[in-house]
Amino acid sequence: MSNNHEIVVPTETHGHVHRDDVGARMGMWLFLFTELLLFGGMFLIYGVYRFQYSEEFHFAAMELNTGIGTLNTIVLLTSSLTVALSISALQKKNKFLSVVFLSLTIVFALAFMVNKFFEWSAKFSHGIYPGSEDLINKSNGEVVFFGLYYVMTGIHGLHIVIGVILLSFILVFLIRDKITPDNFVKLENAGLYWHLVDLIWIFLFPLFYLIQ
Amino acid sequence: MQDGHSNEEHSHVTSYGTLVIIWLALLGLTSITVTVAGISLGMYTLFVAMFIAAVKSALVINIFMHIKFEDPIFKVFLLVSALTLLVIFVLTFVDFSFR
Amino acid sequence: MANGTIAEHAKSFYEEGTSKKTGLLGWFFSTDHKRIGIMYLAALSTFFIIGVILALFMRLELIAPGETLMDAQTYNTIFTLHGVIMIFLFIVPGIPAIFGNFFLPLMLGAKDVSFPRLNLLSFWIYIVGAILVVISLFVPGGPIDTGWTFYIPYSVRTGTNVSLAIFAAFVLGFSSILTGLNFITTVHRLKAPGMGFFKMPLFVWSTYATAWIQVLATPVIGITILLVIMERAFGIGIFDPSLGGDPILYQHLFWIYSHPAVYIMILPAMGIVSEIIPTFARRTIFGYNAIALSSLAIAFVGYLVWAHHMFTSGMSDTARIVFSFLTFIVALPSGVKVFNWVATMYKGSIDPQPPFLWVMAFIVLFSIGGLTGLVLGSLATDIHLHDTYFVVAHFHYVMFGGTGTIFFAGLYYWFPKMFGKLYHTKLANIGVALFFVAFNLLYFPKFIMGYQGMPRRYYDYLPEFADLQLVSTIGSWLMAIALIIVFGNLIRSLRTGRKATSNPWGGVTLEWHTTSPPPLENFETDIVVTHDPYDFSQLEDMKNE
Repeated sequence: MSNNHEIVVPTETHGHVHRDDVGARMGMWLFLFTELLLFGGMFLIYGVYRFQYSEEFHFAAMELNTGIGTLNTIVLLTSSLTVALSISALQKKNKFLSVVFLSLTIVFALAFMVNKFFEWSAKFSHGIYPGSEDLINKSNGEVVFFGLYYVMTGIHGLHIVIGVILLSFILVFLIRDKITPDNFVKLENAGLYWHLVDLIWIFLFPLFYLIQ
Repeated sequence: MQDGHSNEEHSHVTSYGTLVIIWLALLGLTSITVTVAGISLGMYTLFVAMFIAAVKSALVINIFMHIKFEDPIFKVFLLVSALTLLVIFVLTFVDFSFR
Repeated sequence: MANGTIAEHAKSFYEEGTSKKTGLLGWFFSTDHKRIGIMYLAALSTFFIIGVILALFMRLELIAPGETLMDAQTYNTIFTLHGVIMIFLFIVPGIPAIFGNFFLPLMLGAKDVSFPRLNLLSFWIYIVGAILVVISLFVPGGPIDTGWTFYIPYSVRTGTNVSLAIFAAFVLGFSSILTGLNFITTVHRLKAPGMGFFKMPLFVWSTYATAWIQVLATPVIGITILLVIMERAFGIGIFDPSLGGDPILYQHLFWIYSHPAVYIMILPAMGIVSEIIPTFARRTIFGYNAIALSSLAIAFVGYLVWAHHMFTSGMSDTARIVFSFLTFIVALPSGVKVFNWVATMYKGSIDPQPPFLWVMAFIVLFSIGGLTGLVLGSLATDIHLHDTYFVVAHFHYVMFGGTGTIFFAGLYYWFPKMFGKLYHTKLANIGVALFFVAFNLLYFPKFIMGYQGMPRRYYDYLPEFADLQLVSTIGSWLMAIALIIVFGNLIRSLRTGRKATSNPWGGVTLEWHTTSPPPLENFETDIVVTHDPYDFSQLEDMKNE
């Protein structure tokens, strides 16, 4: 994401490509702030309803599986570690390790999604999903709780999926030496995005799985 | 123009050891928050859970996301964004806590 | 800047593009911020004119009591479309997309924005959003009829194409966010050597403040829109009162974005005013620091006041009092700006060219709009005036009289730089004058009608409002004529206008230091900033260049 001008119009400036890594990271951080505010809006809604329906929220949260939640937390924290390790490895000019760590990150991300899939399917088989008979018959607070649960973990899951795609591209770039120890801001930015996904989960986890 | 400023200010490498220690700390905090959730602390439950989550975030942001080693303006940006979120929360609750 | 890569007599950006493609494709794939700015200008002007035509139909319906032209449902659709198009497709992207893109890098002495390809992407995302709005009109279900605020529960219950239309707003929000983060990074990273933050032109300051609102407020409407779509699709219950949701919470989230968005609309306009006044008063701006910082202050205070749109919604009394109080704080930084502008003119050597006249019109109209805003911001009077024509009049004075007027001011100020042509001055003066008269004829009666109790968004009214409604409709025709003159003058000048020099007005900010129109990478030589932005002592040197 450095100055693409030179890429589009090859000029005579050999070995003098205008690049602004700090600027590229600044752009990424600004994008992360928009994500922060996007999830912030949902956390605000959560806060208001938890305040209004605190008992129903406690009751509804019993349905959630703390075990799976904890497992996914560990998986995601570990994936955050591996992507950070991948950057450090590349900085130390160890491409092999960098590729390994990045691949591990993708594996953990997929593991997270598999867990999520089983968790959601279990809810569905219990008849708990938006608009279902069972849910409509529950109290308003529980309907809202599960509405929020599906929306917030769903949108978070969507971010994981996008992250997997993004990291896969980065992995290809890394293998093909499009990302090198001298020019790895794309990897850094993908890492930043991935850490953000982790950060959101750090808050989602106690708010949904640990309130009973 | 400013062709010079590509990456000379970006030489910091976080060691594997530091990253692993932070990861262990994060796992430790996760186990604490899970354990504490089992104990009934009444209204403090939420407070404790959020405090631990905040500490975890601080670790991730500072070390994993390297903001500790970035240009200070990045920290200002982060502060501005967090403050905005805080303002939105506080003012919304000015309505809902006085209904 | 790589010396030697630009020839002695550089071609303008019209003649030389960023890619090898020529013709229209050379524009559609251009990452040049100037071409993107011009493309936005074309797109936004188109939607502006569509919005105006819809408004003319509404005014025509209201020319006499009873059904004159269309039924109630059609009227609902038309006012919704007018709102959606004017807000999301014209005024929110508005000045940053057009003039911000074109002039922000120029004023900073940069070759382009930080992320030129992302910039092009934002433009195309904008176009996709616009196309989605258009599609939503024609697919089964019918065009959206909720008003541009999409209030729950109606927006969940109605059978019209709410989901598609608001998804378009979501997409447009993406475009806005990407533009915003691009501008912030550009301001931080690409200032020419010698230019510190307090040597930046004030338009850059206001665009910078705007960019922060774009980045930090737009995501909130984004998620709100997604939740409404999911509410309609799956019944998640988050806003639907029958499932336990709270419609007032929707209003909170909507206005958490949409109030700061009001400052997305007006702040860049204020920046242009701060450019035009010094140039035509031949005097350095009075209170540079105060104006610069008041932009940031407005951006921040904009986050504190959103619920003044909701005084009658049923939220808590405490909140109503707190938000009413906070609302008055906005008047402070706005006042700082107005007083400094007026002080700049004091003892200046004023040259009343068309851009300056637009600014004069702005100061009058915006002051009326701003002061009536205080009437609406105070709790007690708002209860009486809420949802009446008074509100309609207020925001048209602020948005159209404020931002709209300055859109034209900017166009008339920078037209020679953007297109290298001069327009007909006398015709331009007639345009401003007619615009001003038509504007007041069109909107001032609405203050009176609103005060007397005429509700907004009604396609019919009691006979007692007939006279004022007629006056307003006549005003709308005059406005149409004024707009034809204003646009016509410029379009005509594109072909037949005299060639503009590099600095027709005697401005001193960096965009006047290059040719009209500028070359591909903006400047022929290295830019090193030595003067304050409004230091007119450099004018003599510039003439010798």
